[in-house]
Amino acid sequence: MADPEGKPETSSDQIPGPSVVLIEDEPQIRRFLRAALTGHGYRLFEAGSGEDGLIEAATRQPDLVILDLGLPDLDGLGVLARLREWTSVPVIVLSARGQERDKIAALDGGADDYVSKPFSVGELLARMRAALRRRDQVGEGAAATTFVVGDLSVDLARRHVLVGDKEIHLTPIEYKLLTTLIRHAGKVLTHRQLLKEVWGPAHTEDSQNLRFYVAQLRRKLETVPARPRYLLTEPGVGYRLVAES
Amino acid sequence: MTEHRPDPEALLARAMEEEARKAQGRLKLFFGAAAGVGKTFAMLEAARELKADGVDVVVGYAETHGRAETEALLQGLEILPPRLVPYRGTALKEFDLDAALARRPAYIIVDELAHSNAEGSRHAKRWQDVMELLDAGINVYTAVNVQHLESLNDLVAKITGVVVRETIPDSVFDRSDEIELVDLPPDELIHRLQEGKVYLPEQAQEAMRSFFRKGNLIALRELALRRTAERVDAQMQAYMRDHAIPKTWPVAERVLVCVSSSPAAAQLVRAGRRLATRLGAEWIVGYVETPASARLSQADRDRVVQTLRLAEQLGAETATLSGPTMSEEILTYARARNVSKIVIGKPERPLWKRVLLGSIADALVRGSGDIDIYVVSGDKEAPVSRPARERLEPTNVPAYAEAIGIVALCTAVAWVMFSHVGLSNLIMVYLLGVVAVATRSSRGPTVLASVLSVATFDFFFVPPYFSFAVSDTQYLITFGVMLVVALVISGLTVRTRIQALTARERERRTAALYAMSRELANTREVESLLAIAVQHILEVFSAEMAVLLPAAGGRLGHRVVPAATLAIDTTELAVAQWVYAHRELAGLGTSTLPGATALYVPLIGSRGAVGVLGVRPAERHAFDSPEQLHLLETFANQTALAIERAVLAEEAQATQVRMETERLRNSLLSSVSHDLRTPLAAITGAASTLLEGRPAADVQHELLQTIREEADRLNRLVRNLLEMTRLESGVEVRKEWHQLEEVVGAVLGRLEPALRDRPLRTDVPKDLPLVPMDDVLIDQALTNLLENVVKYTPAGTAVELRAWSDGSSVTVEIADHGPGLAPGDEARVFDKFYRSVSSSSRGAGLGLTICRAIVEAHGGRIWAQNRPDGGAAFRFTLPLEGTPPRVEAEGG
Repeated sequence: MADPEGKPETSSDQIPGPSVVLIEDEPQIRRFLRAALTGHGYRLFEAGSGEDGLIEAATRQPDLVILDLGLPDLDGLGVLARLREWTSVPVIVLSARGQERDKIAALDGGADDYVSKPFSVGELLARMRAALRRRDQVGEGAAATTFVVGDLSVDLARRHVLVGDKEIHLTPIEYKLLTTLIRHAGKVLTHRQLLKEVWGPAHTEDSQNLRFYVAQLRRKLETVPARPRYLLTEPGVGYRLVAES
Repeated sequence: MTEHRPDPEALLARAMEEEARKAQGRLKLFFGAAAGVGKTFAMLEAARELKADGVDVVVGYAETHGRAETEALLQGLEILPPRLVPYRGTALKEFDLDAALARRPAYIIVDELAHSNAEGSRHAKRWQDVMELLDAGINVYTAVNVQHLESLNDLVAKITGVVVRETIPDSVFDRSDEIELVDLPPDELIHRLQEGKVYLPEQAQEAMRSFFRKGNLIALRELALRRTAERVDAQMQAYMRDHAIPKTWPVAERVLVCVSSSPAAAQLVRAGRRLATRLGAEWIVGYVETPASARLSQADRDRVVQTLRLAEQLGAETATLSGPTMSEEILTYARARNVSKIVIGKPERPLWKRVLLGSIADALVRGSGDIDIYVVSGDKEAPVSRPARERLEPTNVPAYAEAIGIVALCTAVAWVMFSHVGLSNLIMVYLLGVVAVATRSSRGPTVLASVLSVATFDFFFVPPYFSFAVSDTQYLITFGVMLVVALVISGLTVRTRIQALTARERERRTAALYAMSRELANTREVESLLAIAVQHILEVFSAEMAVLLPAAGGRLGHRVVPAATLAIDTTELAVAQWVYAHRELAGLGTSTLPGATALYVPLIGSRGAVGVLGVRPAERHAFDSPEQLHLLETFANQTALAIERAVLAEEAQATQVRMETERLRNSLLSSVSHDLRTPLAAITGAASTLLEGRPAADVQHELLQTIREEADRLNRLVRNLLEMTRLESGVEVRKEWHQLEEVVGAVLGRLEPALRDRPLRTDVPKDLPLVPMDDVLIDQALTNLLENVVKYTPAGTAVELRAWSDGSSVTVEIADHGPGLAPGDEARVFDKFYRSVSSSSRGAGLGLTICRAIVEAHGGRIWAQNRPDGGAAFRFTLPLEGTPPRVEAEGG
């Protein structure tokens, strides 16, 4: 029985699945990802080192890059920086280090998302789908005017926020925060990224403000704020708005 | 009777002495009556016999004086090259102690025990070199003549008229394990002398010839024989005592020899020693400081010091007593120490003084009761000529001027009163003046004031006025009484004042010692101990100090201690090292390495030396008096014991830490190996089942589920181990103001799968204040607490997460409805690697330890308790410190 959620949205019988470059030095990880990703219709190109990965990314022009931060030759962050010099391809970072600082650095350095080792294939596939969807939306140019997840629906054109049937009133900053999160739905946004987009480049250190407004927003959107369903906290890293329930 | 049985304590002491001896070398003395009896010859023959028996024997130093027969004996023996000491253009040959110690033979021959070493040698005397050899476990053969024995020194001088300056303490003689008397009848010795077979130094030939008169030789021979016999007798007595052979010796006696500053005191000490030896008694030499002794000249003081030193060399215990009257003090001390005999010198005071003021001997005899008093004559023909007394203290001109001034003032006052009151009252004015002078200065000015008072009184107020002539002879009585009263008053006042000064000085020392002991008792660290010791010692002695403690390998190193300003160069360090190794005083003012610039005192604890104190007194002779030296040593001993205590405590603590570390390592190994292997075994098993067979779909799913769960478990374990390591290496807590709700939300979101089958109730109030915390760490703590609940409670039981604030802190509680904690576990669950015995659960016992580390790093407290209605509750607090940040109002 095939898992309906396991298929990428863009895959179909006629069109070949999205191409993915996997830059990872551990053969065991490559082996299980190869099985999992090709099994879900992705075309996979593997690289065992940073240099090889950059070459693969340049020649294959993939739809997505999965990048391990702990590489033997180049630092994963270095590979990311060189990728970002010429492409905006979505990059998902695999981090074994467990250190929040690396994750923040990767996200601020242009990574779209991260998955901590050890991870389940389901988790990785969900992040990949979200990343591809965001790319498609940007690519299509016209963002969907309505964002819906669970009971939460936001009409971006009319600035209406509904939880179930109830309309929620948001202050301008709360609304701006929410729309920023919606624009990157499914992806972790670091404090720095959120502050920059909502408050402007001069306020990237005001984490306290951010926490306050996130808490406000959560109280308005969540039924039990201590067990949030939509607006999730990644401790020490940032916030993520759930894209699919 | 106890006397018939060996005293167990004495036996024990003897046993210990013998034990100590075993490690030490044996000393054999070749003892003779005079030079030329053949000691060196006998000694070398003995050495050859040893050599023939295959014993490792070395000649350290032998004086052959060019005699062929003696030199022949040296053939075939290993001879240690002498140390050459440059001296006025030539080189003196000295015994090389260091070479001997390095060579370490079984036996060594060292001739001329009484020899004085050349300046710059380690020890002043050769017998000290020999002692060091014995301490190093080397057996020594040595030779000495009877006239060199300290206690017989004055007798020999009296018999022969020749003063021998090179002496050895009797204790060395008594310490010898074997004595071989080398005897030659006087006639034969004289014969040998005439044949030129006895070496005599050129310059002393004449004197020596008179020394070798037959009468002298007979007397010396008798002395030598008697001394040897005494020694044999002592050995026999010891033997009999050990074997409980009934009493043939008197009950233990104790002799107290009382000495004064008189030059005859040395003789008194020697006489005391002879008496004590004959009685087999312990003996004490005591010196009494009275107020009068404050007036002693420096030469007299030095003589007292020398006398007491001599007494110590002769094996006596010395004591310095102090009190107002000599006889009382002596008797009190004698009673306290159970002295049976007191030896005093014949009174030196002239007869009229004795009749008038009484003599000490009379006072002693009157108060002695059952103590025997021996009065020994001080010999007028003492070989040591009596040096001229330096009577005068340095003249204190201002004090005399002041005395004259006060008398002048009295005269002025009396002049004013003269016409109104009688003469007797004027005398009172003068007496008042004399008392005033006495309270302010020493004896001289006071006597001057007394005499002047009488003179001016006569001159101004006794008719005929302005003349020293006296018309009425009865005034002579007035003058006489006035003078006597003035002198007595002044004497008493001065004495009281000096006594008070002495008492104050003693009081100050006692207080300093007490204060130091008390402070040391309250101090644990070596650094502070040293600082305290140095501070207190400097309070009492005016000196510069240094502290030297051993580093690894037993080498001393200079310790930096506040107020210890004495600089130590390598030469001084070598002296200190010697002191440390030998546990004896050395350096300035001692007979060992006296060339050093400071005195070095070993710090001796109960297990050996713990260090060395270097003291350089401001005044060179400050430590010449045994009393001062003993005081310094008392300070040093107190310090040493305190240091030893601190070192022992540190060692004990280090051992404790090591044991604890060991225990932790063991539990870590067992815990980790078990906890890593179990999930690995499960994963390997499940995976191999899947690979090898084709299990049914539901079995397949179950096996895959197992693999997944066990992998998670491994992941948790590794994460905890890493986290623990990180926390233990000192993690930096990055506190920021957070909503607790937000952290709780993140944790619950992540643990969703694990908590799926447990009803969870959260109660985190909306108005809970912001809490300063490191969100990542608190996230970890909450995760561990919840995982702990999942691990220890059955599936399906409810869990409650609550938080509340009391204004100063926020408390978080995670409560379950499981079996609760076993009694006694409440405190121990947070211990590292602790796993409740009652549970069969799996886990490394690290989760809660990490929680505690995190909470404590935040300044909070964590604890566990059983709930009254069943289940366990874990609570932790986070303090609300500081001012929460203000959030900018939303304006635009």
